[in-house]
Amino acid sequence: MLQEESDLSLIIAQIVQKLKGSNLYAQLERQAWASLQRPEIKLESLKEDIKEFFKISGWEKKLQNAVYSELSVFPLPSHPAAPPEHLKEPLVYMRKAQGSWEKRILKSLNSMCTELSIPLARKRPVGEQKELLNKWNEMGTDEPDLSLFRPVYAPKDFLEVLINLRNPNYENGDSLSFRTHLGLIQVPLKVKDIPELKEFFVELGLTTGQLGIDDSTQVPPELFENEHVRIGQKVLTEQDSAAAQQYIRQGSPTALRAELWALILNISSHPEDILYYEQLKTNVIQHDLLVDSLIYKDVKLTASNDDYYFVFEDYLYQVLLCFSRDTSVLSHFAYNSASPPKSYIRGKLGLEEYAVFYPPNGVIPFHGFSMYVAPLCFLYHEPSKLYQIFREMYVRFFFRLHSISSHPSGIVSLCLLFETLLQTYLPQLFYHLREIGAQPLRISFKWMVRAFSGYLATDQLLLLWDRILGYNSLEILAVLAAAVFAFRAVNLMEVTSLAAAEAVLADLSTLKVMPLLQIFLFATVT
Amino acid sequence: MSRVSVPCHVKGTVALQVGDVRTSQGRPGVLVIDVTFPSVAPFEHTSTHTPAKWVTCLRDFCLMPDPHSEEGAQEYVSLFKHQMLCDMAQVLELRLILRQPSPLWLSFTVEELQIFQQGPKSPSMTFPKWLSHPVPCEQPTPLLEGLPDPSRVSSEVQQMWALTEMIRASHTSTRIGRFDVSDHFPLRGSLWPEWVRSDGLLCCRWMAVMT
Repeated sequence: MLQEESDLSLIIAQIVQKLKGSNLYAQLERQAWASLQRPEIKLESLKEDIKEFFKISGWEKKLQNAVYSELSVFPLPSHPAAPPEHLKEPLVYMRKAQGSWEKRILKSLNSMCTELSIPLARKRPVGEQKELLNKWNEMGTDEPDLSLFRPVYAPKDFLEVLINLRNPNYENGDSLSFRTHLGLIQVPLKVKDIPELKEFFVELGLTTGQLGIDDSTQVPPELFENEHVRIGQKVLTEQDSAAAQQYIRQGSPTALRAELWALILNISSHPEDILYYEQLKTNVIQHDLLVDSLIYKDVKLTASNDDYYFVFEDYLYQVLLCFSRDTSVLSHFAYNSASPPKSYIRGKLGLEEYAVFYPPNGVIPFHGFSMYVAPLCFLYHEPSKLYQIFREMYVRFFFRLHSISSHPSGIVSLCLLFETLLQTYLPQLFYHLREIGAQPLRISFKWMVRAFSGYLATDQLLLLWDRILGYNSLEILAVLAAAVFAFRAVNLMEVTSLAAAEAVLADLSTLKVMPLLQIFLFATVT
Repeated sequence: MSRVSVPCHVKGTVALQVGDVRTSQGRPGVLVIDVTFPSVAPFEHTSTHTPAKWVTCLRDFCLMPDPHSEEGAQEYVSLFKHQMLCDMAQVLELRLILRQPSPLWLSFTVEELQIFQQGPKSPSMTFPKWLSHPVPCEQPTPLLEGLPDPSRVSSEVQQMWALTEMIRASHTSTRIGRFDVSDHFPLRGSLWPEWVRSDGLLCCRWMAVMT
């Protein structure tokens, strides 16, 4: 069809334009020039010979991986009449809601700033710079006075905003009718039901081998595990992103996980990347930002108190402090419904030439933000690699968990998916919890916002995040939340208050993620 | 292939409803929007005219996959000539009939309606204008200040070339004096520093301008 052809050429043009500015383009050019020396490159068939050379030497694969990465991350080119805000978020009322939420956060940050009379940013004196450089690898030993700082917001504040989200063109009557949703989320977004989820997550089915189920001690490894590891090693040798993403849907062997994730996220450690990280480190040393104190506070409150992650405290500072200064993160706001907050140089309020984004990466950390980084510390020990992986995970997935949008992987859709699944397949439990004033979303929201980090055991969490990467979607978080409720349904039916319900669901560290998901999706009698 | 925007006048939406609009409690599920084209000449009656009639050019085009949910609710959509069931030449009036069967929405419509027609193919568009219509007495804008007039430089170069040709033709063995050019030649390329603000931080980018 004519329309599809022109769509395809538009997508190709967009990807070519994006890749032209990248390091890969310069490398390919250099390789092409160097290949002219080779005897097999003939002048008459120059184009085909160079293409053949790229295929053999593995450069074509690198290009394929880069294209695949672009397709996964960036949304398809939109209608030519659509303004850029439409690409961020098509629904006007959600854009408005996100805008007013951002105003509230900024107000909170500014009031903290004026209360404590600390500048948003200041240059460190030379002595302080030297001191920080010396203890860069042990910033956890520092015990600054953070008692006056408080997190800018916590997940439960964000939940209140989502509960009050309304479409003005929607029938929002006060009386209960077939139109009102019984859960907390009242916007009519399209969410998948179980038959659609079964189709989407087909590789998690009962007849397909899974790591997390078929690698337990009772199952002999010859049945599944050995073969799966062998295929994983082959995928790594081929260096194919798309194949890795398909492979990891059945889970990743622990030994191969770090490399597989790097391959899927298209991260390779070039000297330029290490240099970029060092540059960010220099920025941290030279300037002190107010958000640094927020990060310190968050790490001390969350990761340092966690049994699994307290050992990585120093790594967390090294990653998060650099993350706040990384302006390359600003490019993800093109497809994020959020916008980076603007700040003005002192005395020049309102003048656009003196506006800067604050923090430089446009992301204000909230309570629990450091938990996005903590599980990655198990996989990567080199700070610049750890940093790159975290940054890529953030701009692909995690940003959707704390911004208001209608995207199927956005937190609003995840909440609605969770509530709909629970209501449809466990109606008695849902009704009972509602009656006792314990709306299920109030308990599961904090799990989903943190992508279950800090709630599950680490090996289970990594198996879960394998699937997030494999399916390029966060919907599995909502399905797991519903599956947890289904698992503990018997106990939950007996509670009589929200506090008691919370107590039943307080400890998830003993849960095995993959059997729960499999049973809920494929083995529940509907 | 260029496209030309056609000025159109969108009349107010008319809801189709059974019974009285005021007393009935349900919301209309069908909306009709008429679009007229003021630039189209009024139809003249002649003895051999064919009467204008309504022809369906698009049937059941789905804008929202699920009428009860937000998917596609605020999207930009394009409809093209090749999707139409009939010939779109000589259109006098356009009527859009919208259907929204779900009772959940308070209102529905289409906004920002724009109609385009194919622009005329002009041969002069295929190569630059200055090639087909050279301007004889145009004063060229000076590239950089403080540099000589290019036509003066080219005439001087021509004179030098004529001199060398004359000397070559005369075959004398007398020694040639040094030729000197009094003015500077324009630079072939220049480097411009540029302070660029990107991503909120000031940085410096050198840009080479090639003539």
